[in-house]
Amino acid sequence: MGAAWEVFYNKFIVYGGWKTVVDGLVVTLQIAVIGLIIGILIGTLIATVKVVPKRNPALKVLSVICDIYVGFFRGTPLVVQLLIGYFVLLPALGLRVEAVYAAIVIYGMNSAAYVSETMRSGIQAVDIGQMEAARALGLNYSTSMMKVVIPQAVKNILPTLGNEFISLIKETSVASFISVVDVTKAFRQIGDSNYEYIIPYLMLAAIYLILVMIITLGVRLLERRLRRSDRRS
Amino acid sequence: MIDVLNLTKRYGDLTVLDDITETIHEGERVVIIGPSGSGKSTFLRCLNCMEDPTAGSIIFEDVDLADPKVDINKHRQHIGMVFQQFNLFNNKKVIENITLAPVRHALKALPFKQRRKAKKEIVARENERAMALLARIGLTDKAEVYPSTLSGGQKQRVAIARALAMNPKVILFDEPTSALDPEMVGEVLDLIKELAHEGMTMVIVTHEMGFAREVADRILFMDGGKIAEQGTPEQVFGNPKHPRTQEFLSKVL
Repeated sequence: MGAAWEVFYNKFIVYGGWKTVVDGLVVTLQIAVIGLIIGILIGTLIATVKVVPKRNPALKVLSVICDIYVGFFRGTPLVVQLLIGYFVLLPALGLRVEAVYAAIVIYGMNSAAYVSETMRSGIQAVDIGQMEAARALGLNYSTSMMKVVIPQAVKNILPTLGNEFISLIKETSVASFISVVDVTKAFRQIGDSNYEYIIPYLMLAAIYLILVMIITLGVRLLERRLRRSDRRS
Repeated sequence: MIDVLNLTKRYGDLTVLDDITETIHEGERVVIIGPSGSGKSTFLRCLNCMEDPTAGSIIFEDVDLADPKVDINKHRQHIGMVFQQFNLFNNKKVIENITLAPVRHALKALPFKQRRKAKKEIVARENERAMALLARIGLTDKAEVYPSTLSGGQKQRVAIARALAMNPKVILFDEPTSALDPEMVGEVLDLIKELAHEGMTMVIVTHEMGFAREVADRILFMDGGKIAEQGTPEQVFGNPKHPRTQEFLSKVL
């Protein structure tokens, strides 16, 4: 172990490997955070399409498109989606995009598929009377949804959204498949340089663990704050 | 004020409302009674198209609300509704429950560019009106709490204040006291009676027969999706003609 430490210390501190790790960590967080935001936005949109009463054919078509979208992103591995998106779709469209940005969008679209299902069940769990009361006051469907139903749905599904964020963070570890240098890739580079992997990989695991613990704590605090409206004062 | 013409509502094969024609006059207090499943609530909910009629018309201020081309949101602003389960917005404070719709509607009436500037003023004005309504129902101190902290009776009074904040021309009450603990029924009925004395047009579905007798100008007795009998409270309660009315009243009185 002593030798391993020495090798790691040299690479990490003396030769400045920590900089790659910090950069990688930033990339990991970027993908997960922006990905989740994209996921929540698109996911809420899909969920709304799924729950809105289908009065006209256009909405039915839209609903089928959403089904296909969710089916694809939940039915295929994320790595495959990354590979298709970055090495097939982008070149086919003639676009040159930095791998990180491609990863952010693909993770976001993947997350949207999961968030949409969660959000849909959250919306459906809100008492129908809430929507009726809003509509009876002359508010239209989308205002009623945005001001009354969705805020309550989000509160209901907050723990699940927290879990989604956690799995998103962990899934970013495969972003290097499309040449993104995230925190996993950074530690792998350190290990590769001397074929000494024990410390880099254990440290990597510890970093993910700490990130997840911080998020868990954050979600718990947020939940407590949002639960204000349930408490008796 | 509301002319119901040949209103029919079906769920699949089940006919809930069967070709009802009826008029609610301005300033009138109409109370609908009848056994459960007779279609009273469905009838009430058709008046503001919370339920879409299968056939027939709901003429409110010369407009047929049942016409899908009509902007129903515009007309619903003039028809208040109070629900059995209160349906206060759980994510909004009491005062926000009252101001949410009036603020939205006032903003929407303005051209887009002016909304931002006008918002503060509108919110201040509506807050003031809401506080006046809360003062009226004796709940000024509850303005800043969430509905979950209120008792059932308080919730329903806030729900009535929320309806009043829209300055409605008519209020529909859908069994407003059925979900309340017995000791809270009185405070809600008193408030409704107060509104009745002020001349508010209202249509009330209720199981409170004493209240119905006291507040109603006209009683509609519904049975099997039809209005089986109607008349003044004295007529319907004192001398019911229809055998179903007699049977129903003998059970509930």
